[in-house]
Amino acid sequence: MVAVAFLVLPLIGLIIRAPWGRIGSAISGSAALQALELSLWTASLSTAVALLIGVPLAWLLARTVFPGQRLLRALVTLPLVLPPVVGGVALLLVFGRAGFIGRLLNEWFGLTIPFTPIAVVMAETFVAMPFLIVTVEGALRSANLGYEEAAATMGASKMTVFSRVTVPMIAPSLGAGAVLCWARALGEFGATITFAGSFPGQTETMPIAVYYALENDPDAAIALSLILLLVSVAVLVSLRDRWLRGGSTQ
Amino acid sequence: MTDERSDGLAVDAQVRRGAFLLDLALSVAPGEVIGVLGPNGSGKSTLLKALAGLIPITAGQIRLRGEILDDVQTGAFAEPAARPVGFVFQDYRLFPHLSVLENVGFAPRARGLGKREARAAAAEWIGRLGLTALAERRPAALSGGQAQRVALARALAGEPGLLLLDEPLSALDAGTRLDVQAELRTHLTDFSGPCLLVTHDPLEALVLADRLIVLEEGRIVQQGEPIRVARQPATDYVAKLVGLNLYEGRADGPTVKLAHGGGFVIPDNDQHGDVLVSVRPSSLVVSRQSPQASSPRNIWPAQVVGLTLLADRVRLDLDGEPSALVDVTPAAVAELSIEPGSQVWLSVKATDIEVYPRDATIRPAAP
Repeated sequence: MVAVAFLVLPLIGLIIRAPWGRIGSAISGSAALQALELSLWTASLSTAVALLIGVPLAWLLARTVFPGQRLLRALVTLPLVLPPVVGGVALLLVFGRAGFIGRLLNEWFGLTIPFTPIAVVMAETFVAMPFLIVTVEGALRSANLGYEEAAATMGASKMTVFSRVTVPMIAPSLGAGAVLCWARALGEFGATITFAGSFPGQTETMPIAVYYALENDPDAAIALSLILLLVSVAVLVSLRDRWLRGGSTQ
Repeated sequence: MTDERSDGLAVDAQVRRGAFLLDLALSVAPGEVIGVLGPNGSGKSTLLKALAGLIPITAGQIRLRGEILDDVQTGAFAEPAARPVGFVFQDYRLFPHLSVLENVGFAPRARGLGKREARAAAAEWIGRLGLTALAERRPAALSGGQAQRVALARALAGEPGLLLLDEPLSALDAGTRLDVQAELRTHLTDFSGPCLLVTHDPLEALVLADRLIVLEEGRIVQQGEPIRVARQPATDYVAKLVGLNLYEGRADGPTVKLAHGGGFVIPDNDQHGDVLVSVRPSSLVVSRQSPQASSPRNIWPAQVVGLTLLADRVRLDLDGEPSALVDVTPAAVAELSIEPGSQVWLSVKATDIEVYPRDATIRPAAP
């Protein structure tokens, strides 16, 4: 009971304290809208990047055997438990102006990553991609290999098997992993503020905007929080078949 | 390897998986249907998978229509996708996310046809198997018999040179099985390449196969025409499968001395040496007293150790020299008041005993 109260009461408080009367004006403040827009597209782009590079990695982890695989799997899941700020610091050290990759990028292309929207995407991808990888790897692991065998006996190349059989069969998990990844990216704070800073319109995402708004405009902070809460609820609803029924739905 | 030209399938190979070794030589003519019979773990599925390239062989060679699919010595290995094989899996493995039409069109499409041609080819096979009305359905919406037909259509639509069926009817209930079996027979007859059909069911093998091989522990223990295998089983497994009593023994003219005690008087065909003896459970006669003056030449005492009620008869498990399974009517059990422990006399006519040389069961039938 205490646990339930502890988990639920703050959310109720948030809803009660919401300045329902001026919620519209609080949100429509240009800074808030900017933050929302930035958050939405960076989170979506992060998810796309995670799908592009994370799914092949998940496949490698699930379907092949190679030396160092266990270590790699541990490294992949590390961002799940790592304090995001540490991730931000690490990204800054590598891609920052003085970092060993950042310096090269700067010298060769005149490119500076930290404190740009690119940095936001990178920070979010770093923190959120493991959610996708872990989900997809699990699905690939438990997928029935028989279908892939069957496809192979029908003349399908490995690429065809992957795109026409494997991916469609794990589509539900792929979707769930992407949604989780997106939600985590949307809520990203620590790594983003460390690596990308908080320039309004440039790198100030919703969670960061909430944090700063709390100091000078609490009502706006509450309104923005409500939006994030709403998004989270939407994510849960979209995943309800998988999680809330307490078991696999295969 | 000798220069043995074959239009069909020629296998002389080993597959080692841990402690298990599959080791066999087999050639299958075009159009011939080989029934592969054997207990669980005998290597039946391993054989099919090796032929399809899903498991690499560890020694020897596999050739189809003269082309080498797998040769351990030269290292040649055709990937599963490069083999002209149609595979009907025991669990069908129809892609759940594709319609019947798309499932059947999968092989034509994967083998290089355009989308439209693949659909046309699939539609043709679907028509041939009477599935046109189901073309747009998903596999989940099919009955067992329908799914089996789709699986067959899907395997045939790739125009394979070799057809492999892994217990294709085992997932069906008894009623559907007979219908589908008859249908399967026509399609197998139409198929022009070599075909291997794994089965547990001797009746299915009798109906569908031109020749049977019996696998036990990775080796062929018997092969021949189905009817001969059914009448003259070589091992206890086959004997049990076809419901016969089987004994090993040594024939010497009109008598056989059995290896595990007892003996039979048999028609004198001048047989000598190691033989197998099979007796149908329904040929044996049970009586409570020793039938002194009767025609059967073989009479011996035995003790009832078990009774099993089958569909229309009772199977008695009798311990004696030799031991035997005997089928009697439920009425006979009641009349003779037979129960476990009862002492009875068994008799069988010499002419009801099938005696055949042991080594004749392993030789392949002349092609």
